[in-house]
Amino acid sequence: MMGDTKTMNMIEAINSALDIMLERDPDVVLMGEDIGYFGGVFRATAGLQAKHGKTRVFDTPISECGIIGAGVGMAAYGLRPVPEIQFADYIYPGLDQLVSEAARLRYRSAGDFICPMTVRSPFGGGIFGGQTHSQSPESLFTHVCGIKTIVPSNPYDAKGLLIAAIEDNDPVIFFEPKRIYNGPFSGYYDRPVEPWSKHEASAVPEGYYRIELGKAGVVREGEALTILTYGTMVHVVQMVVAEMGIDADILDLRTLLPLDVEAIERSVKNTGRCLVVHEATRTSGFGAELAALVQERCFYHLEAPVERVTGFDTPYPHSLEWAYFPGPVRIASAIEKIMKD
Amino acid sequence: MTGKKSNLAPLRLHIPEPKFRPGDEADFSDVAVPPVDSIARPDEASLPADIQSLAFGLVRVLDDDHQAKGSWNPNLDADQLRSMLRNMMLTRAFDDRMFRAQRQGKTSFYMKSTGEEATSVATAMALASDDMCFPSYRQQGILLTRGYPIVRMMNQIYSNSQDHLKGRQLPIMYSAPECSFFTISGNLATQYPQAVGWAMASASRGDTRISAVWCGEGSTAEGDFHSAMTFAAVYNAPVILQVVNNQWAISSFSGIAGGERTTFAARGLGYGIASLRVDGNDPLAVYAAMRWAADRARTNNGPTFIEYFTYRAEGHSTSDDPGAYRAAQEFEKWPLGDPVDRLKKHLILLGEWSEEQHQAQHDELAELVKKTQKEAEANGILGHGMHQPFETMFEDVFEEMPWHLKEQCAQMIDEQHRKFGPEWEPK
Repeated sequence: MMGDTKTMNMIEAINSALDIMLERDPDVVLMGEDIGYFGGVFRATAGLQAKHGKTRVFDTPISECGIIGAGVGMAAYGLRPVPEIQFADYIYPGLDQLVSEAARLRYRSAGDFICPMTVRSPFGGGIFGGQTHSQSPESLFTHVCGIKTIVPSNPYDAKGLLIAAIEDNDPVIFFEPKRIYNGPFSGYYDRPVEPWSKHEASAVPEGYYRIELGKAGVVREGEALTILTYGTMVHVVQMVVAEMGIDADILDLRTLLPLDVEAIERSVKNTGRCLVVHEATRTSGFGAELAALVQERCFYHLEAPVERVTGFDTPYPHSLEWAYFPGPVRIASAIEKIMKD
Repeated sequence: MTGKKSNLAPLRLHIPEPKFRPGDEADFSDVAVPPVDSIARPDEASLPADIQSLAFGLVRVLDDDHQAKGSWNPNLDADQLRSMLRNMMLTRAFDDRMFRAQRQGKTSFYMKSTGEEATSVATAMALASDDMCFPSYRQQGILLTRGYPIVRMMNQIYSNSQDHLKGRQLPIMYSAPECSFFTISGNLATQYPQAVGWAMASASRGDTRISAVWCGEGSTAEGDFHSAMTFAAVYNAPVILQVVNNQWAISSFSGIAGGERTTFAARGLGYGIASLRVDGNDPLAVYAAMRWAADRARTNNGPTFIEYFTYRAEGHSTSDDPGAYRAAQEFEKWPLGDPVDRLKKHLILLGEWSEEQHQAQHDELAELVKKTQKEAEANGILGHGMHQPFETMFEDVFEEMPWHLKEQCAQMIDEQHRKFGPEWEPK
């Protein structure tokens, strides 16, 4: 089923997942600003309208509320809409449709109506997008009852998770870290940015495959400490760990809700130390949930307090984004602090 | 404050005020009620630009003498008219009974549709039974017209052991896919873009079903309303977008939603959507307008926007006291009368109905509703123990229950054991 592998970056892997799902399931419909003829501002849907037709892949008005609200209605009809919100920062005008409608349709109708909709949205910083093109609003959605929240960190996962999300019968928010759209990057982002297009891609099967939602990925096994992270930060963490030569156990959470609590518990109980790394702002961020969960479940195994490395509690600053970004220095400092105890 | 220039008159902020407040004598003599057929019925395939005047007039069929006249007359036969009257009377009887049940403490909340029955009953009759309805919270008449079991509606209102929605929704927020009736949201106008999306899906699939959506005039101020209008126009969606202008959004009169400046129907014009303003208390006009819009949608002539000009005879809900903000007897003085009364008089005029038959039907429906209420109450009333099993609270959040909900469910069951011992299981 998976077929031959091909070198793909994350955008190409996402495009491949959408192409396969449009092919396999006539109920799948893609919609969003600029996604049709043009193929999306990040080219994630390039070529799909030409291949699958205008009623399957089409442009929408600039109205996130309309896009998501219409998506809810399409899902209620029996389709599997995959709306794209051009940037996660623009999801707020559509938030009520997600939070009050999509997320609760199954519950409030006791299963009469369901919302198998996957909202894709590029998120996170690192492309000089300023305060309105860089946010990471994932914790808003993990706080909502009834939505699944996914953040892939590499092309292979992005494709397998997106296919699983589209096939899922619950609404899913699929956040695509745009810093790594064009390939894993070196992680040096606490200094001025290098051109992202130079980053290499990786091998991805050309055919259909799924990655189960709710299961963390093991990036690296180790004994010294557990690092819980996702998205772009997986790459930064990996680089820091390699540079420090520390035997860390790195979990790529992949699905934030439902969370793979078993993997987290198993790892932290083994290492006795835990660092949480995410790009979103700190206060009430998803790291707070992870830290609380580790404290509740692994307290007697902990050798040191759980540390959080996050973005700062400010909007994303355009010219200083590389200073805002939780880069290698911030992560290395936190690791040193944890390992001292 | 800076910015004031002594040679200019100060700017003034306009805050709209209704014409009458408690203690005032209501006088609607300035409400323009054009004669029947002041606007002729256009062809269903008309271009929106060619029929813009329909957004400023008032489609009427029943004249002041209760005769059906003009080009909009749907020419329904006597059986159809009697059926329409019965559905409207049933809605009123149901409302009266459930309002009383709330006052007796049997449930938390209720919303009557008194005076607006035509906007749900006549519209539902004009649609095909499998056309999808996206109602607001005052369209119980659709369910009653489509034959949804009354006892199921009552079970929902009581959130009891037989409530199909497992006791989760506020009373009156029904869900009935078997009647093509979408689950009702408490958030206003959210159903508007959803109805458009449903219609888009139907069109993209080459289906023949259309969708219809209702909201109140106050909700037209919501962003969702405008997003939906844009989508409906852009994709020429087979959807009927309806605004029940009942003059009041809780205590805010229609001017607070923008009704002072233009008609609500006229809002459709800027989107390029065919727009009608209809006498909402004239069941035949409501039926005719809806039929026109449905035919239009079904023949790929696109969406229609309809304003029903009506009056909310009762409070917004059982939690509201209209006496505190509007003049008493407004409904009695409403120039467009009562839809039930108007249809009754029309049928009597035709020789197809009588005061005696009407009274007998009134009594019969009151008895039916009363009997059904007893049946529903045998399944429990709100807060009296005959509720859904506790663990149902955790069902349907997701298709499959994730670990954290399983843990929380176990915690809740443990709490119930501690509180109630071995007798904790609901009856």
